[in-house]
Amino acid sequence: MHAIVEYIRGYLASDQTPGAAGNWFWATVYILLVFVGLSIAVIAMNWLERKILAHMQVRLGPMRVGPHGLLQPIADALKLLLKEDIMPAEADAVVFWVAPFIVVLAAFTVFVVVPFGPTHAITDMNIGVLFMLGVSSLAVLGIVTAGWASNSHYPLIGALRSSAQMVSYEVAMGLAVVSVILMTSLHGLGLYGVGGAASADTGTLSMIGIVQAQLEQHEWFIFKFFPLGLIGFFIFAVAMVAETNRAPFDLPEAESELTAGFHTEYSGFRWSLFFLAEYSAMIAVSSIAVTLWLGGWLRPFPNAWAGPRWDFFFSLFPGITFLFLGGLCFFSAARMPKHPYFRIQTLGLTGFGATLALIGLVLFLPGVRERVGDIFWFSAKVAAFMYLYIWYRGTFPRYRFDQLMKVGWKVLLPTGFALLILTAVLGFVEPPVAAWLRGVL
Amino acid sequence: MEAMLHITTLHYLVLGAALFLLGVIGVLTRRNVVIVLMSIELILNAVNLNLVAFSRYWQGIHGSTALHGQVFAIFIITDAAAEAAVGLGILIAFFRNKETVNVDEVNLLKW
Amino acid sequence: MNPPVGTPFFFYLLSATVLIGGVLVITRKNAVHSALALITALLAQAGLYLMLYAPFVAGVQIILYAGGIMVLFLFVIMLISIERSQKERQFNKQWLVGIAAAAALGGLFIAVYTKGKSLFPEGSLTYAEAGNTQGVADLLYSQHSGIYMFAFEIASLLLLVAIIGAVVMAKKRI
Repeated sequence: MHAIVEYIRGYLASDQTPGAAGNWFWATVYILLVFVGLSIAVIAMNWLERKILAHMQVRLGPMRVGPHGLLQPIADALKLLLKEDIMPAEADAVVFWVAPFIVVLAAFTVFVVVPFGPTHAITDMNIGVLFMLGVSSLAVLGIVTAGWASNSHYPLIGALRSSAQMVSYEVAMGLAVVSVILMTSLHGLGLYGVGGAASADTGTLSMIGIVQAQLEQHEWFIFKFFPLGLIGFFIFAVAMVAETNRAPFDLPEAESELTAGFHTEYSGFRWSLFFLAEYSAMIAVSSIAVTLWLGGWLRPFPNAWAGPRWDFFFSLFPGITFLFLGGLCFFSAARMPKHPYFRIQTLGLTGFGATLALIGLVLFLPGVRERVGDIFWFSAKVAAFMYLYIWYRGTFPRYRFDQLMKVGWKVLLPTGFALLILTAVLGFVEPPVAAWLRGVL
Repeated sequence: MEAMLHITTLHYLVLGAALFLLGVIGVLTRRNVVIVLMSIELILNAVNLNLVAFSRYWQGIHGSTALHGQVFAIFIITDAAAEAAVGLGILIAFFRNKETVNVDEVNLLKW
Repeated sequence: MNPPVGTPFFFYLLSATVLIGGVLVITRKNAVHSALALITALLAQAGLYLMLYAPFVAGVQIILYAGGIMVLFLFVIMLISIERSQKERQFNKQWLVGIAAAAALGGLFIAVYTKGKSLFPEGSLTYAEAGNTQGVADLLYSQHSGIYMFAFEIASLLLLVAIIGAVVMAKKRI
């Protein structure tokens, strides 16, 4: 027992990812953790989306199953698993069976390189960003084959739309990513003109390397070469919504025109795989955006507000967040109607709040506090993106298909090219200017 | 058995040759243009496999910066993309005119 | 950098996938099945590239071949109707000659590799993966060692020609 604790402690002290250390056991543990965490996130996302969307539309959303509908996703999952799994008679059986698995595999494999912290990643690849873009682009294969294998009109049209859309927006997305890769090699002025090394140096494609470059250059890439980084981020933010087939670019599954698009003929368990894949793909592209532009796992102002006191201050945030959530639950429990019919719900909500508050208290322990900071900040940034997705869905009307293509090819693509060229030029011009400025100041 | 378990450059070359042969058979015997184009992709991939295997062999002699084979492989992938785009464009134009995708019905030698 | 684990096992697994995929590509009636088999083969080949310490080529293989070119193929297969071509004869009349030519080529390969076996004495070299991308970039773009810079420009010209060509071919009326 003691040996096991010592082993875990020894591993936690190491500064390598399990993949880089070649540690099979920890790699497996990390894979399981990411898988479980992702499933929980998808379930939470399902509930949150319905609630937030409902409140945006001045409705209540799910209220019946569990307090405030908290158990609704679980009920839905059970329902989907118990439903009959229908396969159309004219469908191509093998392809119809394989297609959802392609989509799910593509969506989950991406998380191999997502860095939740400097050591909290399954592995770090030399080609991290390329791997993420490549694997997430495989999802379109699953969608196309799903639409084709259904052997029906709506799915086929949905699949054709979806493949055209995803291929188009991938180009703009790639250009925005390349501009960031360029930025990793260009050390410039930095925030308040106090950047790291003054000269240009080799860039990197590794996800961890990109975040470390942002730390060294004293700024998130969204602020680098203002407004170039911001424009790149904007291109990516638009392209990633199109890439995940979400509103306002949800044409492949436009309910009013195509019933449900490429997954019209799917039901039960296989439909739920598409659902799972859609949400994990959203989380995946959001984590690319967070890593590339928003400093990944870095807490706010890691350089300007450095030092143990600030570290302590920012390490309190995870616990406070969970305490706040717990408090919210207690508040709602107190506001529950006092009728005996609601007694179980009130008790359940209080128990849930107590669990959250307990987690919050555990997160205040010194040993835990110092280690979960990275994961907390990363998840918080990704969560902000998830909220944006819901917000878009609640606000924007759906695009027409030709408008969608127009935005992709005639607006985002030329902007992306201009951005890339300008970034390169600025990176070439800036070092001498920065040196001169340092001399003057 | 010993030779089977010790993976050398030759293993990759044999695999590349087998893949190349499959591609050649596909190009020479199939009627469907789409599958002929896919067989050409197989041939290009076989070549790529050889190039990358040789690149690693070359690295063993000249140090880890001798990546010429990999650069060539990237050029071939570029070429494959261009080939697929133009080939499929021709295929669509052809299908629009003759309503068929069979190569042996392309026998007019004119547009 | 750690040496790879289970090299022979993964080599034979991936090679089997590649070869089975290749056989399925040239034997399936349905072009979509062929395309899916080809995608499997291409992904397995990306794995082989990783085993050869070529991560960048593997990444390009996934993103360009599997994610780009094959989507184009599937798109075109769905645009042109294939129901009719499935009921037709799948192999052309010269298939015997084709097989014979391929067999001759195979004989040549066997001859070359049995004779030239001694040229490749040692293949299991271990090289660090780090710096692979930078090495490729050096050969392509670097000021001093970028000997393929001109070839790169030619490649981009080729792509431009291909774009224009594809548009001209596929457009109904220009």
